[in-house]
Amino acid sequence: MKMKLIATALAAVVAAAPAMAEVTFSALSYRTGPYAANGIPFADGYQDYFTLLNERDGGIGGEKINLVECETGYNTEKGVECYESTKGTGALVYQPLSTGITYQLIPKATADSIPIHSMGYGRTSAKNGEVFRWVFNYPANYWDGASIAIKHLLDINGGDLSGKKVALVYHNSAYGKEPIRTLEELAKKHGYELSLLPVDHPGQEQKSQWLQIRRDRPDYVLMWGWGVMNQVAIQEAVNIRFPMENFIGIWWSGSENDVKPAGDGANGYKALTFHNFGTNYPLFDDLKTHVIDKGLAAGAGDQVGTVLYNRGLYAAMLAAEAAKTAQGIHGVTAITPAQMRDGMEALEMTEAKMAELGLPNFGPEFSVSCQNHGGNGFGAVGQWDAAAGEWKMITDYMQSDQDVLQPLIEADSAAYASENGITAGCN
Amino acid sequence: MLYREAGDFKTSYVEDSQTFPIKFDRYRYYFVLVFAFAIVPFVINDYWVNAIFMPFLIYSIAAIGLNILVGYCGQVSLGTGGFMAVGAYASYKLMTAFPDVNIFFHIIAAGGITALVGVLFGLPSLRIKGFYLAVATLAAQFFLVWLFNRVSWFYNYSASGQINAPERSVFGVEVTGANTEAWATYLFCLVFTVACAIIARNLTRGAQGRKWMAIRDMDIAAEIIGVDPLKAKLSAFAVSSFFVGIAGALFFAVYLGAVEVGEAFGIQKSFLVLFMVIIGGLGSIFGSFAGAAFLVLLPVLLKNTLVGALGWPTDLAAHLEFMIVGALIIVFLIAEPHGLAQLWRVAKEKLRLWPFPH
Repeated sequence: MKMKLIATALAAVVAAAPAMAEVTFSALSYRTGPYAANGIPFADGYQDYFTLLNERDGGIGGEKINLVECETGYNTEKGVECYESTKGTGALVYQPLSTGITYQLIPKATADSIPIHSMGYGRTSAKNGEVFRWVFNYPANYWDGASIAIKHLLDINGGDLSGKKVALVYHNSAYGKEPIRTLEELAKKHGYELSLLPVDHPGQEQKSQWLQIRRDRPDYVLMWGWGVMNQVAIQEAVNIRFPMENFIGIWWSGSENDVKPAGDGANGYKALTFHNFGTNYPLFDDLKTHVIDKGLAAGAGDQVGTVLYNRGLYAAMLAAEAAKTAQGIHGVTAITPAQMRDGMEALEMTEAKMAELGLPNFGPEFSVSCQNHGGNGFGAVGQWDAAAGEWKMITDYMQSDQDVLQPLIEADSAAYASENGITAGCN
Repeated sequence: MLYREAGDFKTSYVEDSQTFPIKFDRYRYYFVLVFAFAIVPFVINDYWVNAIFMPFLIYSIAAIGLNILVGYCGQVSLGTGGFMAVGAYASYKLMTAFPDVNIFFHIIAAGGITALVGVLFGLPSLRIKGFYLAVATLAAQFFLVWLFNRVSWFYNYSASGQINAPERSVFGVEVTGANTEAWATYLFCLVFTVACAIIARNLTRGAQGRKWMAIRDMDIAAEIIGVDPLKAKLSAFAVSSFFVGIAGALFFAVYLGAVEVGEAFGIQKSFLVLFMVIIGGLGSIFGSFAGAAFLVLLPVLLKNTLVGALGWPTDLAAHLEFMIVGALIIVFLIAEPHGLAQLWRVAKEKLRLWPFPH
């Protein structure tokens, strides 16, 4: 009986699946579960951008966009179910917004020839496109983030970090462990002292870590956190009166959700970013006319302009641009996932292009190629202004230390290639 | 009418003590086996195997394992997630250290290693009981997860701490890694599930099972009639952990392919398997299957109905899913505290007389 019901339900799903004349995008979102507060704005931004394209331009290159949403709850098992249930719809690219699910999907999507775009998360060495043919992580990855944070510290210290103490507070998972290698390498180069403070999932209990910080008095604290861990860490930092301007989070630790609970105490907290803040762009006017005022906004519609909403919007914009590039290369409008990959590999984001889209100076310029799936590694530092209640960009986009990162990426991707019997190459 | 014994004569002890003494039941069992082995592999696709069959089969093994410990021997355990992690990491280390050995043996060896670890953490059960034992096994859960996160030898010093299953094949057909066929992974898991269920069923019917049940029902009385609590309890921990270890190894190697210990084998996994056992029915092999089916298939079914067929927003559907599953659990436990297996038993009694109950 149960099976029969599933079968009918499944048949309904298959019947409801769109004709292939549209372009389909999947959104593996999480609007529920422990990380919902962060998942919702991202999912809203991602969805709203595609709604805008449908309403304003009639889709991409004349093809209506069909967005298939699937709820993962940040859970890998549900992520697998979502992937399997949506891959039949011809989804062009997957953006799971979870390092765990990304790791899961890398071999599966490679076997199924569907591209994955893990924007600013996932497996860093996927930057080496010769090994990870179907995985992209432009415009920046965690190792870029680690390097940019150190670069910022170098800048404010007049180029010298020797003898300084830097502590890394990180989520004790694949995600949080990502920057360690890079920070260790950079410590050798710049002579700072690195200490590691893991925080176990979900990160509600960090008293001991911050007690240690109070005792060791590091000059700077870096943080790789997500969800409730960020809020707790910032509150704890306020409690021990750690100077907030010396506390830098990765881009996933820098949203309104993270700083607002700590109130005025969080003023001056810094976080990295690879896109700009706020709604002061022409695109947001279009968004208001075509999506919000028509009542088509995703979710509750109250997230517009928050950091993670903008990030979702940016992810959707890059996906749409890659689809346009693919349409241009192959001369067809109804592209396949394989053609989408070609589009992503030929993607080039220039200032002129972003201005034309109504997002001038919104993200860094970068270009993707088969050898380089990770863009050029530009990022900037934002700072929270508690009085104004907004994030402000305090630096220009700067490039990560490619001399240090490139060998690390080569080594890690080579290890993956040999483990999995992949011969690196562009064909 | 259906489950009649009339006219079903047994002329030997072997026939009399078989697993399914009623003819109809036996044929139904053969039919299910033939269907699962001979028909399903031909019609199965990636979605069905990855979203439905594989989690169901693997959780069934885990539930059978835990049921032996909790349902048959009465030792409450909250360490299932940790023991599954032992199975997963053992199979990973074996797969990478001995790539030439067939994965089939790696999975069994992973079960064996988990059995040893289970015995180790079962030692406190000799002195403590009930809730206190539950807390002691909870310590196993947290310790094991911490261990696999902390000691990089377990994940071969990879930078992220993730373990990835390399490609391995059985009879030249790949069962782990990315390029697997749906039917191959399905059959691989099915073989393990059926074997585990048969072993568990026969263990619990025999002398060993009776000893476990004696300990469960009253350990002092059991000791007086000559059951050695040391052997009975530790053997229950060993057998239970063996199955849980196999489930963990399959969960990692065949089902997910890449695993992070805190996320995949956290405390919520222990609770999930314990709920399967309780909802399915303590002390019943069928109950393990029923519980696993209930907690694995129902959410997928609800999701497909609410989102796929009715087109509701995904977040609303996800919230409703929690509420419906939760409400159903409460309803089931109030209506039948002995679980789905007892419901099945009652249904069978009724069917025996149907359609003339008097």
